[in-house]
Amino acid sequence: MAGNFISRGFRGRRREDAATAGRVPPGQYVTPDFPVLSAGPTPRPNMAAWDFAITGAVGAPRRWSWEEFRALPAETVTVDIHCVTKWSKLDTTWEGVSVDTLLADVKTAGGWVTAFSDGGYTTNLPLADLTGGKAWVAYAYGGEPLAPEHGGPARLLVPHLYFWKSAKWVRGLNVMTQDRPGFWESLGYHDYGDPWREQRYQGD
Amino acid sequence: MAGTALSGRLSWQLASVVAKHNETPRVITLRLASEVWPEHLPGQHVDVRLTAEDGYQAQRSYSIASAPAPGSLELTVEEIADGEVSPYLSEELRPADQLEMRGPIGGYFTWTEADGGPLLLVAGGSGIAPLMSMLRYRAAAGSDIPATLLYSSRSWEEIIYREELDRMSGDAGLRIVHTLTRSHPDDWDGYTRRIDTEMLEAVTSSLAANQLAYICGPTQLVENVANDLVGLGYPPARVKTERFGPSGG
Repeated sequence: MAGNFISRGFRGRRREDAATAGRVPPGQYVTPDFPVLSAGPTPRPNMAAWDFAITGAVGAPRRWSWEEFRALPAETVTVDIHCVTKWSKLDTTWEGVSVDTLLADVKTAGGWVTAFSDGGYTTNLPLADLTGGKAWVAYAYGGEPLAPEHGGPARLLVPHLYFWKSAKWVRGLNVMTQDRPGFWESLGYHDYGDPWREQRYQGD
Repeated sequence: MAGTALSGRLSWQLASVVAKHNETPRVITLRLASEVWPEHLPGQHVDVRLTAEDGYQAQRSYSIASAPAPGSLELTVEEIADGEVSPYLSEELRPADQLEMRGPIGGYFTWTEADGGPLLLVAGGSGIAPLMSMLRYRAAAGSDIPATLLYSSRSWEEIIYREELDRMSGDAGLRIVHTLTRSHPDDWDGYTRRIDTEMLEAVTSSLAANQLAYICGPTQLVENVANDLVGLGYPPARVKTERFGPSGG
């Protein structure tokens, strides 16, 4: 069906300009806003009990309290983000800890990760997509502490995949020797989620 | 019921526009027909794709407002002033046109009798659409699961599905509460403010325990209501949200 259907009378209003050329994946539109999407209420964790953990198929689990986590070397990155609900936001600036830093002393034979969050949310990713300077655990956005509705106190940031992979309210990474679908991946969304290949749903 | 599993590819298909009518000055409903459309689950949505003659495409998601029915579905669309897709659907598209879409999509913000209740539905503006699918399904199924709808609109004229909701409000076990946030008729004796903790407490205090809540509307309404319900003792896992961000389109 795709490829030859024309919507009678549709011209479209938002074309790529020089500033966005090559930066907006297929089926996406650029928004200046920062829409909020989540499946349930925003968790309000007790920061005295908050920790970030590396668990699962690892030589020795790691754990950081909020203070310890905030004392880790931080990076500031400016990236484009792409939500499966069709909006993209360009040049977003985040501060957080590189996943490379969190995994520096971790030995594993596992190839997959389930990121897990307050509120019970999970999402799965290949370990290779979290390493090599491609992913962070971010606690600031636009120079301000990350707002709870946007995933604060800390969220995963994996900008090269659809944004549901960037788990809000993230509390840790569970390393696994095989892939296991997370929350949305169990509900029909794509296992990998590459926006440039428009991998929105299973079978895309 | 089909539509839960999204096994295999979710293919684009051409639906025909069967009918179009105004719900309010800024909101229309499209009735679509497609021979290959399976029954959806109340609460699910579709992706719509428009293609211009030069190949340019735009996609948006729209909740399904109708009760599940094979071969047919209704989308309720609010026209966003500076939008790209909603003005086309509102002003240009007409009966006998075709529309490219795929779905049904989404398996979390859904409700059928098997999910039980009692139901608390909270809507803001066009966020009523997926909740209306649930209420229409409930009515068609003859369900006796108790349900309460708290619906926030800007004015009496902007209540989407107003007459149908009025008729439904006589159904056994269904209670409908409106609030009008900007203007209201002189003889209006209902709420006239945005949904707040006090209103939620008043509306939910008489409800049975263990309500299953679905909230859909603008981000701030959904955020506030979800937080308030958790504060009122609802387990977070019993509060399901769907948000229409400010971008829309």
